[in-house]
Amino acid sequence: MDFQLIWFILIAVLFIGYFFLEGFDFGVGILMPFISRDDTDRRVCINTIGPFWDANEVWLITAGGAMFAAFPHWYATLFSGFYLPLLLILLALILRAVGFEFRSKVNKIFWKRSADHFIFWGSLIPAFIWGVALTNIVMGLPIGEDMNFTGGLFGLLSPYAILGGVASTTVFTLHGALFITLRTEGPLMERAAKVARIMWIPAGILLMIFALLGYRYTVLFDGLGLVPGTIPALTIISFIAGYFLLKKERFSWSFAATGATIVMGTIVAFEGLFPVLMPSTLNPDWSLTIYNASSSELTLTIMSVVAIIFLPLVLGYQIYSYYVFRKRVTRDSIPTH
Amino acid sequence: MEALELARWQFGITTVYHFIFVPLTLGLSVLVAIIQTFWYRTGDERYKHLTKYFGKLFVIVFTLGIVTGIVQEFQFGMNWSEYSRFVGDIFGIPLAIEALMAFFMESTFLGLWLFGWNRLSKGVHLLSIWLVAIASNLSAIWILMANSWMQVPVGYEIVGGRAELSDFVAILLNERLLVQMPHTIIAGFVTGGLFVLGISAWMMYRGNQVQTFKKSAQIALVFTAVASLLTATTGHSQAQDTVQSQPMKMAAMEGLWETEQPASFSLFALIDQENRTSMREVRLPYMLSVLAHNNATSEVKGLNELQAEMEEKHGEGNYIPPVKTVYWGFRVMVGLGMLFIFTSFFGLYLWWKGRLETTAWYHKAVIGVLFLPYIANSAGWLVTEMGRQPWVVYGLLLTSDGVSPTVADSSIWISMSAFTLVYGLLAAVAFYLIVKYAKPGIPKGKEESGDSDGKESEHSDAFAY
Repeated sequence: MDFQLIWFILIAVLFIGYFFLEGFDFGVGILMPFISRDDTDRRVCINTIGPFWDANEVWLITAGGAMFAAFPHWYATLFSGFYLPLLLILLALILRAVGFEFRSKVNKIFWKRSADHFIFWGSLIPAFIWGVALTNIVMGLPIGEDMNFTGGLFGLLSPYAILGGVASTTVFTLHGALFITLRTEGPLMERAAKVARIMWIPAGILLMIFALLGYRYTVLFDGLGLVPGTIPALTIISFIAGYFLLKKERFSWSFAATGATIVMGTIVAFEGLFPVLMPSTLNPDWSLTIYNASSSELTLTIMSVVAIIFLPLVLGYQIYSYYVFRKRVTRDSIPTH
Repeated sequence: MEALELARWQFGITTVYHFIFVPLTLGLSVLVAIIQTFWYRTGDERYKHLTKYFGKLFVIVFTLGIVTGIVQEFQFGMNWSEYSRFVGDIFGIPLAIEALMAFFMESTFLGLWLFGWNRLSKGVHLLSIWLVAIASNLSAIWILMANSWMQVPVGYEIVGGRAELSDFVAILLNERLLVQMPHTIIAGFVTGGLFVLGISAWMMYRGNQVQTFKKSAQIALVFTAVASLLTATTGHSQAQDTVQSQPMKMAAMEGLWETEQPASFSLFALIDQENRTSMREVRLPYMLSVLAHNNATSEVKGLNELQAEMEEKHGEGNYIPPVKTVYWGFRVMVGLGMLFIFTSFFGLYLWWKGRLETTAWYHKAVIGVLFLPYIANSAGWLVTEMGRQPWVVYGLLLTSDGVSPTVADSSIWISMSAFTLVYGLLAAVAFYLIVKYAKPGIPKGKEESGDSDGKESEHSDAFAY
């Protein structure tokens, strides 16, 4: 097994962790205005993810750092190529964090409404753009001989890519709705469950269309033929299973099911691309692969040692933190001003 | 302006802004942890109130440090893709380790500390804030390792037009890192120390819980006095290293055009970069030789000679950095550093005389000083970064060769305007919140009594959103 492969897998794991974890806190941010009846409800929603969202975001930061170190060309091409979409994500993440942290620091209507907007748009915009970006990558991009992206912003906004953005937003929202059912109680919890139930069928249809069109528009199934592999099949099955689990009010299992959809869906993308990182539509030889985009053997070795030591540690204390805050957030637990 | 200049302005704006909050985070996290330790050890409720009070201010500062930090990490790829390709093999390692080792720890344990007031045992809760403080400073070490490599590249070989790692230990023990890291981190301690001292003085001045804030003032005084002295001594080592490793930067710091032996230190000069002269100078004879080499007679090279050397080595070009900025940045930093030493030692003197809580003019003066470390820190970074120009990696890669080739000017205009606007808004919000939360002090009735918290409901979270 070569180090390039190890780092391809590790970065995939970081993105999978990121989409799984930040997926639900994006969902909570998107749903907060719709399922809250008053300010206390909104604060309950925010507090369900209060101790976690910041650490969830670090999964992205670590993925970025790991790309820089292990595949510098991937990092350089992706981030300079997707300049404006990434700018939007960054601005959204800034305003969202500020919305969470500062919302309850001033008890004024205008202040809180502004924070609510920051949280909603700050969750919706990245949820959407990540879907668009990932779809674009699996569609292939105009990458030139010098590894630079030669397209423009509007080339990234094809209908299929937008469909990908809508799909990711929908799945994250469902994932967030189920997370709320796990962390709250009473009417708020019931409303979150109701939203999930109503959204599920149309979301499923949307995902189905997205997956079927994937045969036409993406490079993922080139090696597969008509019959999808195990993991694409599991992606679909887990999504369907989530609906029946939800109907039976098995919320934690249903949450696990949407989580599995996100995890499997991301694996499909990475597995389908392998060993390519960013396919070039201009000339297949100009694609970035895990070999032509990677760092030196020595760098990858050092990074591997570091990852072996720290990843288990990180997982350990993150799990500990979810264990400490396992109790549901109630309306009574919200401090008064 | 063209893409290169725009990208440089954007990097400058976002970095200086990020670096308003980072040093304060480094120092304040440690001070909050120390104050909480006092509470843990003595059981004195006044320390608990102080922990919560400064803890709330810490969270505001920390938030802005974090959100502006994300931009920093992604900006290398967005605006400086050629730079990223060139250095990724080396520069990426500390960045990745920083995220893996420090950011996860920082964010997870901050969550545990904020929301764990009534859920964690006192010991684990105290441990959480210490881990936040340690992680913040660890992340500074890794980022400074990356920066030190840009200042003094070591442990690399050029393969296929990019720098490849050849010796990791050399990067860990980069001489530049060993002088730059302590100076920068301890400057952060001074920043945090003066913040706590200044706010405590403000409260004593207003007669708000004087006995409580005297305690935080005392802790901050000891902390700042030690740290400000160390900043000066570590700064001196860094300057001596600069003479060796980046003589051009040292010459710019001194506005020294012609080589001198023995070299005199410039106190004041009007720099004329176009004509390569310095006018109306006030100079201290021998002092630059002392500063540079610890003896009174050594030679220090001037900009003209260094320019000729660079041209011989790297071909034609202008290798002289913006001298005026570097020259004055250095003087502002050192002058303010002296002021911080004086401020803290004078406070210790007042404490010794038993007049710390009653000397109103000192309180006012300290409130003024509270704002100055940010200027000193920014000035220090300007010297470090501008003094390295036109190189982005000293001697290896010109800044102009590092910029992204395919990002349109219009894109950078948009992003620079957006960051400037949003950062400006955040600055106003942060200032407003810090004043709002600092001003009331600690509510009456909480000072001497031990059980004022009994009124708080059992499961209420002091820091919940």
